[in-house]
Amino acid sequence: MIVFEDVSHDYGGGPLFRDVSVRLEPGSFHFLTGPSGAGKSTFLKLCYGELVPSDGKVTLLNRDLRKMSRDELAETRERIGVVHQDCQFLDHLSVELNVALPLSTTGRAVSQSDIGDLLGWVGLGERAEALPPTLSGGERQRAALARAIISAPNVLLADEPTGNLDWEMSQRLMMLMIELNRMGTAVLIATHDLNLIRFAKAQVQARVMRISGRKLQLAGSEL
Amino acid sequence: MSTAQISNLVVPGKGQSVWLVTLSAAAMAFLAVFALALSVTASKLAHTWSASLAQTATVRIAAPPQEIEAQTELVLEVLRTTPGISAARLMPVEDQAALLEAWLGPDLPLDALPLPRLVELTETATGPDRQGLRLRLAAEAPGAVYDDHTRWRRPLVQAASRLQGVALVSLGLIGAVTAAIIALASSAALSSNGQVIRVLRLVGARDRFIARAFVRRISTRAFFGALAGTALAMLVMLAVPNVGQTVPVFEGIGFDGVNWLWPLAVPPLAMALAWASSMATAFRVLRGVT
Repeated sequence: MIVFEDVSHDYGGGPLFRDVSVRLEPGSFHFLTGPSGAGKSTFLKLCYGELVPSDGKVTLLNRDLRKMSRDELAETRERIGVVHQDCQFLDHLSVELNVALPLSTTGRAVSQSDIGDLLGWVGLGERAEALPPTLSGGERQRAALARAIISAPNVLLADEPTGNLDWEMSQRLMMLMIELNRMGTAVLIATHDLNLIRFAKAQVQARVMRISGRKLQLAGSEL
Repeated sequence: MSTAQISNLVVPGKGQSVWLVTLSAAAMAFLAVFALALSVTASKLAHTWSASLAQTATVRIAAPPQEIEAQTELVLEVLRTTPGISAARLMPVEDQAALLEAWLGPDLPLDALPLPRLVELTETATGPDRQGLRLRLAAEAPGAVYDDHTRWRRPLVQAASRLQGVALVSLGLIGAVTAAIIALASSAALSSNGQVIRVLRLVGARDRFIARAFVRRISTRAFFGALAGTALAMLVMLAVPNVGQTVPVFEGIGFDGVNWLWPLAVPPLAMALAWASSMATAFRVLRGVT
């Protein structure tokens, strides 16, 4: 599904990580940890093609990232949902329209009842008409999650999705992602919150990867 | 909601670039209408001068007073019997005086001046053998000079044609400047909406969709701006006093009849220009966004 083969990346000041090889299989659940600045966000950007690796090969949904046209990359992103810590929206459109963007901008049918159901599932049923700037941090994360999964993606990538949330809201959001994974979506979450990882591992079989010392390692069982 | 509907919504309708496009389109359309008027006028003048002078000529008779009547009769007889001339008329002294009055004023004692006689002639479509006519006149009436107006018709028509060329070049320049301004405005609009572009790319929107969302908004603004500029220019042209009746040389200046339809082409053309210019800019900018 997402395959890294001997991937290295640097921004010009030396490699952030090097020779990373990993496969994210369909239906898998992974956490990505590591200290700040280790390259977690960069790793995720490589996973949805916002960055092209300095070296090595990244394959996204059976397509070589380096050989993709811009349209092919956009098409691939329809099948990869992304949630950022500082999730961005079109602030002049309602939550409902923002959540529907992956469908409406690509010419696919938008079912109002499906959007209503999805917003209800993430607990935003009453906030469908609200504008994004009026949402709380937790509501923004849940709206971003709804937007990321409305097109039933094969993969969900989340970069510090609970970074701005309290513990209760973090658990709630995590349960939504675990539920999504149980429905078959592969999930990769970048986080440094070990409590959250422990919470998730109690619910689902998750693997933990750690970027440290410019290498990607599978974390030990102490987690 | 259809793709076209959401495309209309995704770009916020605010920002300085919106006003820049509207105002520049209005100003350029205003200028374009005057350049069009110049072009139409020059074309009409070239056509009118060319047509009205093409089939007319003059014979000027300058002879001593005791011979002038006889030479005039001879000239009229020669013209009546020359193939290719449909009519010949001796210009009355009053008409000559009226022609000269425009240049010399009403108080000059024209009766005291030794004015030549003028014979106006109208040629058929094929016209006479001009060289042969000159030779016959020289033989039978030595004081008569045949003038087919070529001497001053050609530079007049050339001047009008060049004026029309200048007007067309002006239109081209106005179009180029408009395209450049709209390209800059598009670039500014795209830059100031970085978040919109990032979100749309993140959710899988194609460059075509994003570009169209911006281009539709910009070209619509350009259309309405140009419409306002055109309407204003047409009102100004309507308000210009018609001096053609009192000063014949100004007759035909500006639009008349079906020529009033020409300015109506300016707003759709401005929209098309804005569409092409902003589309090219949008794709160039989007290529730099992953």
